[in-house]
Amino acid sequence: MPDRIYEVFRMERKGQPLQHAGSFHAPDDRFAEAYAREFYARRHESAALWVVPRSAVTTIEDFGDELDTSYRRVDGYSLKVRLREARRRVAEGG
Amino acid sequence: MSDTREQEFLEYVQGGGQVETHDWMPEEYRKRLIKFVEMHANSELMGVLPERDWILRAPTLQRKLALTAKIQDEVGHAQLIYRVVEDLGKPRDDCLDDLLSGRSKFHNVFHYPTRTWGDVGVIAWLVDAAAIISQKALLKCSYGPYARIMKRICWEESFHVLHGRDVVLALVNGTDLQRELVQEALDRWWVPLMMFHGTPLPAEDDPMLHWRIKSQANEGARQQFLEGYVPQVRELGLTLPDPKLRRREDGTWEYTEPDWDELMSVVSGHGPASAERLAFRRLSRAEVDWVSRVVLAEAA
Ligand SMILES: [Fe+2]
Ligand SMILES: [Fe+2]
Repeated sequence: MPDRIYEVFRMERKGQPLQHAGSFHAPDDRFAEAYAREFYARRHESAALWVVPRSAVTTIEDFGDELDTSYRRVDGYSLKVRLREARRRVAEGG
Repeated sequence: MSDTREQEFLEYVQGGGQVETHDWMPEEYRKRLIKFVEMHANSELMGVLPERDWILRAPTLQRKLALTAKIQDEVGHAQLIYRVVEDLGKPRDDCLDDLLSGRSKFHNVFHYPTRTWGDVGVIAWLVDAAAIISQKALLKCSYGPYARIMKRICWEESFHVLHGRDVVLALVNGTDLQRELVQEALDRWWVPLMMFHGTPLPAEDDPMLHWRIKSQANEGARQQFLEGYVPQVRELGLTLPDPKLRRREDGTWEYTEPDWDELMSVVSGHGPASAERLAFRRLSRAEVDWVSRVVLAEAA
């Protein structure tokens, strides 16, 4: 089956990030380019397009945290509790 | 066990959560979603046929180009929406088979003939306006990929409403004959338009609202349409063929209840133009078959 699915990423204006816009079937890259121009830029609504065969996209969706890497995140630090403790200690002249 | 999972899913979507293609979803949700989205895609595809009849008869070159552009947009909507159905597990060819054999449905308004250029204006202005209301409500659909393409679709629909309103304005500012033409078209389209958003099903009985595939009840959509467009129609000196139509004190609209049996009969393929439209779609699918065969063979 030579008909492939292509994913399209679109930049609306210069300086903005490319965002996923949709997908379509095309028999090859040449058709895919023509379709992308026609589907996603015929009203000059895009500053750039990335057209990628879906098969070239690697999807990663499982982000476990078995090793507790909370020290890399805001929720890994309880400054509030420690600060309260420190302030109490100073106030008591300890 | 699976019941808890389904319950959690339900709570998630009812709370405004969105689901992605590869997320787990209950079978019932997937089935209903496919049916709903597929009917939407069918409607975009079938919806170009009433307007296509007028490309060659458009009064000016500018109108011909605008109408052609609208038709291209609608076919584009069909392709975007069929992609959503495909990713949910039903191939496009199966969708087309079911459409052509009458196993799946398309929107009531596309089962009627377009008799005059007035119809083209009324359709683009008011049918597309009614469609924007439904589609805007889908921006909050619990299925993310569908909700996201709705943004683009609504943006394009707004051009259609602009084009339709401009056609109607040109007619009402023209001769008596032109005003009669657009009034006659409006008279024929009013009942199908009142049926467009479906029966006034209570929200708690609507499975589409239950799964948050839709976020607005049918009657709410119709009221929004009346509130927005009745004044716009009347200010042009046009009349609406419903003696009961009036805005109540509380801001809701009273209207003559459409014949809902007629709606059911029309959408199940017994409308005045249903057979002809499906026959044409069958013919064009057969006629362009060689194009896809050649293109695919060349790419192979
Ligand atoms: Fe559309
Ligand atoms: Fe439209």
